[in-house]
Amino acid sequence: MHNIIKNINKIFDHRVRLGIMSALMVNDFVDFNTLKELLNVTDGNLASHLKALEKMAYITVTKEFIGRKPNTKYNTTPAGTEAFKKHIVALEKIIKMQQ
Amino acid sequence: MTEKDYLKDISEIKDIMNRSTRFLSLSGISGILAGIYALIGGTIAYKLLTQQGRWTRGEAYTLTISSLAVILVVIAGTVAMLSVVSAYVLTKRKAVQNNEKMWTPVSRQLLVSFIIPLVTGGIFALLLMYRGDYALIAPTTLIFYGLALFNASKFTLSTVKYLGLLEVVLGLVSMLFLGNGLFFWMLGFGVLHIVYGALIYIKLDKKS
Repeated sequence: MHNIIKNINKIFDHRVRLGIMSALMVNDFVDFNTLKELLNVTDGNLASHLKALEKMAYITVTKEFIGRKPNTKYNTTPAGTEAFKKHIVALEKIIKMQQ
Repeated sequence: MTEKDYLKDISEIKDIMNRSTRFLSLSGISGILAGIYALIGGTIAYKLLTQQGRWTRGEAYTLTISSLAVILVVIAGTVAMLSVVSAYVLTKRKAVQNNEKMWTPVSRQLLVSFIIPLVTGGIFALLLMYRGDYALIAPTTLIFYGLALFNASKFTLSTVKYLGLLEVVLGLVSMLFLGNGLFFWMLGFGVLHIVYGALIYIKLDKKS
């Protein structure tokens, strides 16, 4: 049990960060506005959670221009993918044990 | 954290993975309507063809009167356009209800993956018509439409995949019964659409 708890990643223990990772896992790239609509959060809230994930090197940021509009896209790093997978496995194990 | 929270986490992950890769506000009613338009269009075409005594069912035919061919294209085009318009209007309404945006990266991918095989098939069918190979038009349109649906199903309700496969099978079978194109066309674009539209409608209605 102790081992499993260890695999629960504190970083993902938040609705918005969990949501960001879920969306990035199944898409090559997701841009800021799409994430915002998907998760139904404010700009500032989303930005701070993205920063936290970026700091952990779980996601990378790509800034580009579409015409004249700046567009910021995110994707997961291999480390982020690995960590998120571990987190999901840990979640599933805990649920199974408690059932 | 309690067990309930972990379960909620898992279902949230699933939900977001789904919503970020699939456009789910497809309207079942628009499928039913498209089927009805196709059946009406098919009936009109059948009446026109048999009335003029140029064609009896089961006979591989070549139309010599180009004006009739034009009328048939117009009927098919009208059916297609009415279907697209109802699909757009009803899907938009459903997207608003579901609080889903109509124009997202996912819906764009859905549209592109649907349109490319579809337009290829459409042009191919027109070229067949140009060459006078009328009997091959029904199989061609059914097969390409089925492939378009199959291709697009990655970005929407997974049941669309099976509709696509059924259309492809129907198109291939119709190759064995050339000269019955109209019958297969009404089956594929009419009956299958109505059945699938109803299925989607029931499935999603129960959910909400």
